[in-house]
Amino acid sequence: MIDEFIINAIIAGVLVAAIAGPLGCFMVWRKMAYFGDTVAHSALMGVALGIAFDSENPIIMIITCSSVAMFLLFLQRDKRFSSDTLLGILAHSALSIGMIIISMMDHFRQDMMAYLVGNILAIGMTDIYTIGAVSAFSAICLFFIWRPLLSLTVHEDLAQVEGIKVSTIKVLYMLLIAFLVAVALKVIGVLLITALMIIPAAAARTISNTPLQMIIISSCGGILSVLAGVGVSSQWDVPTGPAIVLCATVLFLLGRFSSALRS
Amino acid sequence: MDGDASQLLRLDNVCKSYHNNLVLENVSFCVNKGETVTLIGPNGAGKSTLMKISLGILDVSSGTVHRSNKISIGYMPQKVMIDDVLPLSVRDFLYLRPGSTYDDIEKVLETVKLSYISNQPVQSASGGEMQRILLARALLGQPDLLVLDEPVQGIDIMGQQEIYGLIAKVRDETNCGVLMISHDLHLVMASTDQVLCLNRHICCSGTPELVKDNPEYHAMMGRPAEGVAIYTHHHNEGHDHKHHGHNHD
Repeated sequence: MIDEFIINAIIAGVLVAAIAGPLGCFMVWRKMAYFGDTVAHSALMGVALGIAFDSENPIIMIITCSSVAMFLLFLQRDKRFSSDTLLGILAHSALSIGMIIISMMDHFRQDMMAYLVGNILAIGMTDIYTIGAVSAFSAICLFFIWRPLLSLTVHEDLAQVEGIKVSTIKVLYMLLIAFLVAVALKVIGVLLITALMIIPAAAARTISNTPLQMIIISSCGGILSVLAGVGVSSQWDVPTGPAIVLCATVLFLLGRFSSALRS
Repeated sequence: MDGDASQLLRLDNVCKSYHNNLVLENVSFCVNKGETVTLIGPNGAGKSTLMKISLGILDVSSGTVHRSNKISIGYMPQKVMIDDVLPLSVRDFLYLRPGSTYDDIEKVLETVKLSYISNQPVQSASGGEMQRILLARALLGQPDLLVLDEPVQGIDIMGQQEIYGLIAKVRDETNCGVLMISHDLHLVMASTDQVLCLNRHICCSGTPELVKDNPEYHAMMGRPAEGVAIYTHHHNEGHDHKHHGHNHD
């Protein structure tokens, strides 16, 4: 008999991994890994705001992450600064704001580690509903935008001439990442959420021949990593988030070495 | 002589500046159905900028751009670099064009003589093959207007003639308009109706034969003919250019 909190952990992890796969593929293709990290850092600011308002409402997280993503778009209008620089500014500023807010709250004695690497075994039914809603919404959006998003990833001008609403699709993609990071924080934490997007995507690249294959395989790889990670974690009593990430890394290395052997 | 119905694209007094730097000044021209207009000019003349303005990718600083309603545009950008991290076959690259089917793709690949490459990764295509793939992508969806940014870049002379021939053939068969950028006037002469020499503004324009002998053209391309200083060129085209004929080689 498996404990209920393990089942909750698995459901939440699988839902997050299923969406992190496709989003991660585009992150790898568009070279936006640092963007994911920045949103994750700003999620910590969301945590701090939630504590300050004494609310666990996930809307606070979602709004914080989305605002940072949209603020980035605004800053990017000034072409003198590369996205890299702007992301560096945003990530660390958001992190600093979060840490200052937390330090100002005397009654706050919670362990910050839970937010850094996640606490998947503390997932309740409310969390599962939130994650489920965001995952379903993201899956529907991705179903409609993945092809135009792929087209503009290959060449923006060409996509625009061919009638794709480039800026709308780009904004939507950034918001999907912000939503996922906001709800996945509890599952895998600020430090590791980008890993769950990037590593399964990279692993999938080693055995994929088409973009759609890579998207589907990365989803499956992420789910497999979650299952293995939760298993490893409960077996040997190690933190779940890092265990999931390392399982994904094993998948990547397997793919990498098997393709090296084939060539 | 041509009514508005055959006009696909018209630019009137278009100006464009970046950071108070004027890169295009009072550019006006139009492209009609079945007509090929070639833009020619030195590096930094604003050719690509003008092309992006024509396509609606960039906004004008002043002036107007008029594209006729509902025309389908086939665009061939100057360079497309696709990272190896994206597993994309040639066929799937073409499939990105909205509304295309795999049947259309097989047909267009035959047109550009690339059927043999259909299932290979698009990254493995050579420079010349890539240009033809991009042309194929532009041809998908029966364009009314083809906009080609240096279509023969990185292709040897034989291949260049082949591509220009192909573009002319498509134009004659479908009666589409063509706007393209080229570096070499002599190669495009045979298939071009109108040449625009662009160096921030339009220095001279007209049929290729006319432009070829225009001193403005030679001055712009940095190959001044001997005695260009004593030249007094009047723009009464048609008759005058023969008397001004000179040997710059």
